[in-house]
Amino acid sequence: MQGSQARSGHNVSPDFLAERAKFIRLETVRLSRIAGAGHYSSTFSAAELLAALYYAQLRIDPAQPGWPDRDRFVLSKGHAAIGLYPVLADLGYFDKGLLDNYTRFGSPFGDHPDMKKVPGIDFSSGSLGHGLSIALGMALGARVQQRSFRVYCMLGDGELHEGQVWEAAMAAAHYRLQGLVAIVDRNRLCIDGTTEEVMQVEPIEKRFESFGWQVTRIDGHDVEAILSAFDALPPVGEGAPRMIVADTIKGRGVKRMELSLNWHVGNLVGSDYDEVVAELEAGLQPLAPELVR
Amino acid sequence: MSATAKGSQDQSDIFTGTTPTPELKDARSVKGTPAAAMPAFVLGQELAELAVSDPRIVVLTADLASANRTVEFKARHPERFFDFGIAEKNMITAAAGLASCGQLPFAATFASFCALLGAEQIRTDCAYPRMPVRVVGHHSGLSMGFYGTSHHALEDLGMMRTIADLTVVCVADANQLRAVLRASLDHPGAMYIRLGRGRDPEVYAEVPADFRFGRATRLREGRDLTIVATGAEVRPSLDAAALLEAEGVSVRVVDMHTIKPLDAGEIRAAAAETGAILSVEEHNVMGGLGSAIAEVLVELDRLPFKRHGVEDQFVPVGPPAALYAHFKLDAAGIAETARALLDAPHR
Repeated sequence: MQGSQARSGHNVSPDFLAERAKFIRLETVRLSRIAGAGHYSSTFSAAELLAALYYAQLRIDPAQPGWPDRDRFVLSKGHAAIGLYPVLADLGYFDKGLLDNYTRFGSPFGDHPDMKKVPGIDFSSGSLGHGLSIALGMALGARVQQRSFRVYCMLGDGELHEGQVWEAAMAAAHYRLQGLVAIVDRNRLCIDGTTEEVMQVEPIEKRFESFGWQVTRIDGHDVEAILSAFDALPPVGEGAPRMIVADTIKGRGVKRMELSLNWHVGNLVGSDYDEVVAELEAGLQPLAPELVR
Repeated sequence: MSATAKGSQDQSDIFTGTTPTPELKDARSVKGTPAAAMPAFVLGQELAELAVSDPRIVVLTADLASANRTVEFKARHPERFFDFGIAEKNMITAAAGLASCGQLPFAATFASFCALLGAEQIRTDCAYPRMPVRVVGHHSGLSMGFYGTSHHALEDLGMMRTIADLTVVCVADANQLRAVLRASLDHPGAMYIRLGRGRDPEVYAEVPADFRFGRATRLREGRDLTIVATGAEVRPSLDAAALLEAEGVSVRVVDMHTIKPLDAGEIRAAAAETGAILSVEEHNVMGGLGSAIAEVLVELDRLPFKRHGVEDQFVPVGPPAALYAHFKLDAAGIAETARALLDAPHR
């Protein structure tokens, strides 16, 4: 395991990011066992995205969580916080040992993140549909204060069902917040089924483009593709807000969880736990043919 | 201690602001009431004034810049004014995002559309993360009159009062609004500030210098009864006290401007010193000021107490003046209710 860096930057290799994504998945499994339940599959779909954001892209300084010019990250799909806490610990925001009491009485770490308790969490989340509005407000704050930080917001694909997302989408384009970057973790599933069965979200690009956004679509498990999408972001200024639709697989990395409706919340016990850890240690394997888009 | 009783509430017309009248466009006085004495004008003007020296202040609204006169703020600080269109939830949550960057947002719209439609955003995004967002709900209660139930807010105090880490304040008149806005600048955490219809008559020729949230203002002394009123019901309660005085009933009047945290000491003092309490609010009798007072009183010995407001029902259509009379929320009705309380057999 490579050590944490005081500051993230672009001088990291795709292999390193893939390794950090593996670390995120393994920690998710470990912490879920402490809690007795966890959002495995929603976190696995976002593992490469979180790794690329925190180890390569965000302009942050773990020694100064309140640095006014830092980039902001809003995890609108707050149920993936279990994958973010280990990253923040790894980067030095707080002592890694604190995670050993994940979700226990008095722990700062709940299933959904609390900015008052966890250094490095830029905003509390948990109620889907709010995050893009938070990020919008932050981007307006940057403009009022004439700062040049970017605001990144990760949404779930099912979250696009929420009406407030579209209020924020309209306002972000209206105010020409080019420094706002929305990332949709397009992992195909919400709780009751595929998004397209439950409530259709496609065509995501056309919908957001019609609201005035510039949208790119990538493979969200391909770290090089993620880095390229980040590299293509314009400087902060006035213009269309940016969206990256990241095609992912809910549960990616563990065969039994990939596009399974049974693992939105689950609990691995006994030999299942050991098997899953071994599977994750081996790294991402090719997708089952029937899961390929 | 005493406020000047300047005639009864002018209910001769409705001021909603949704369709500015010609007088309002000129805006220095409406029907003889100077703009400076009208909360509707004070909101935008005072915030614009405060913003000159306080760069944290930003103002947000949801397509009601004319109704709440935040347009006056926009004129002076366009770079710190954001209209979100008819999207209140987005406005409240974006205010929290701005606050997280160090801004002090005042987000104003009709009380029904911020406190009811945006209740979860106020709780989850403002109060819970302790963001210093000031949600300003104007045209509260039944002041929207014939606009109907969709535009009334008779539940907002009850809803807001159950949210932890949220300060809930009701404003009685223009001068008190100035005091509230100034005091809010350095108040920690999120606030819900409830305004009336914007042309509420004067209660305070001058707001006491020691005004602070959580400490009620005693406006009038009395021995037989305490009326505890809030917001737009403070003025008619004072007028009711004057009516009762003429009949030999001595009434204390307390302005409970802060619903949360409630000034429990003032309630206990009223119970001990005047022996009966009448709460008066432009709100459902369930959940608001009356309920908050009842929570304090239930721990004391039983005493004559009545919650006076709207009795758990939706309001019929009508001009506000007729509605205030119907619900006995005008001075004559409050006085009548007070008499009934004091004459009841438990005394």
